[in-house]
Amino acid sequence: MLQAINVHKSFGETGVLKGVSVRVSRGEVVAIIGRSGSGKSTLLRCMNNLETVDGGEIRIGGEALVSPGPDGKPVYKKDGELRALMLKMGMVFQDYNLFPHYSVLRNLTAPQMLVLKRSAKEAREKAMALLAKVGLEEKANEYPCNLSGGQCQRVAIARALCMDPEILCFDEPTSALDPQLTQEVLSVIRALAEEKRTMVVVTHEMNFARDVADRVIYMENGLVVEDGPAQEVLGANRSEAIRAFAGEANY
Amino acid sequence: MRYFNNPEAFMKLMASMQSGIVATLTIFFATLIFSIPLGMVIALLRMNRRRIISLPVSLYILVMRGTPLMLQIFAIYFAIPMLTGTNLNRMTATILAFSLNYAAYFAEIFRGGIMAIPVGQHEACQVLGFTKTQTFFHVVLPQVVKRVLLPVSNEVITLVKDTSLANIIAVGELFRAAKNEASRTASVEPLFVAGLFYLLMNGVVTLVFSYLTRRMDYYKD
Ligand SMILES: Nc1ncnc2c1ncn2[C@@H]1O[C@H](COP(=O)(O)OP(=O)(O)OP(=O)(O)O)[C@@H](O)[C@H]1O
Ligand SMILES: [Mg+2]
Repeated sequence: MLQAINVHKSFGETGVLKGVSVRVSRGEVVAIIGRSGSGKSTLLRCMNNLETVDGGEIRIGGEALVSPGPDGKPVYKKDGELRALMLKMGMVFQDYNLFPHYSVLRNLTAPQMLVLKRSAKEAREKAMALLAKVGLEEKANEYPCNLSGGQCQRVAIARALCMDPEILCFDEPTSALDPQLTQEVLSVIRALAEEKRTMVVVTHEMNFARDVADRVIYMENGLVVEDGPAQEVLGANRSEAIRAFAGEANY
Repeated sequence: MRYFNNPEAFMKLMASMQSGIVATLTIFFATLIFSIPLGMVIALLRMNRRRIISLPVSLYILVMRGTPLMLQIFAIYFAIPMLTGTNLNRMTATILAFSLNYAAYFAEIFRGGIMAIPVGQHEACQVLGFTKTQTFFHVVLPQVVKRVLLPVSNEVITLVKDTSLANIIAVGELFRAAKNEASRTASVEPLFVAGLFYLLMNGVVTLVFSYLTRRMDYYKD
């Protein structure tokens, strides 16, 4: 479904991704964990075409977003097809990035109408259904500035879902939230996992990763160090590296 | 006192200044209509990643903001006929000079406003599949408007007073009309009336902008 093969990325001199390969199957929930600076966000951003890779290949639903050309340099899909391909991906950011000048409802309907050319009525119905799903129907006419962080993040999740992405990515969706608000967001993501949605979640919430993810990827220094079923990577027999890392995180 | 204690003379004064007021308002509105969109275009060109585009635009902004508007009015009024061979009407030259000059100021205000929009807004648009144009018109521009209202109001207030500079190429705007009337009758009262009129206009400008600010208050970022 989603595949990164030997992805390289540097910012100037510093290598941030040093040959990362990741594979996400349909219906799978993959958690990416690792220390700050290990390259988790960069990987997710490369997969969402928010950063360009320096080498390697990224495939979404069998189609190459980027692949090495004859000279080994990465070649991206052409503009028109690229946009269509990226619609398969959805992304939820740490700081929500809601549109402050739009009401909650319009945050959800505008992208549907502008990008998917849905009618106002259709967009509205979809938006209200998804707001109900994240428990925020009654906030439809509020503006984001009047919502709590947890509510904003749930709106952002609903907005991403409005576009019917095949794969939904989250970059530390709860890092800006206090523990109580974290739980309300995590329970929304948990519900999505139960629907067998394909999701990639970068998180520091180790309990969440163990309980919700099918697979856990542990990154260190721009490399995937561990990749396996959540129970193995984070279970009783977890490795020294994970123990050391989890000792610092809130495990 | 020649006018203020004599309603009849005062009405005459107003009548003689009427065309000046019309000319002033013409310069004012025409400049706004042309310089605001032009300023937005210049701001976008100034932010273009290619230096071949952004560098000349920076130079343009430097010259427009770095030399007196009065000089620019002169330059346009006298230089354009020399270069093109076609005569420029005084009012047209004035409006052209004002629009080009104010566009440079507005461009920098707009550029600041555009740069202040968090990258996250652009990234959200991108992952949702917006085109660049949709991102600009639906997400960036509406938020820029709110952010630039205050600095724009400053420029507009300055513009009201700057219209008086047109008198140096003998455009019969308010200040010139008042000055002529003042020297004809050896009285400062017409100048005083002109001053009041500029003040009145800026009172209206202030009200309009405070209305717009309130209109934009429905959200905070
Ligand atoms: N735009 C950028 N320019 C320069 N360096 C960057 C940029 N983005 C990220 N980096 C660097 O790349 C490295 C990896 O960053 P990344 O954000 O991927 O880490 P992360 O694993 O997501 O960390 P965190 O848990 O703190 O979010 C860091 O050292 C960071 O400083
Ligand atoms: Mg990160």
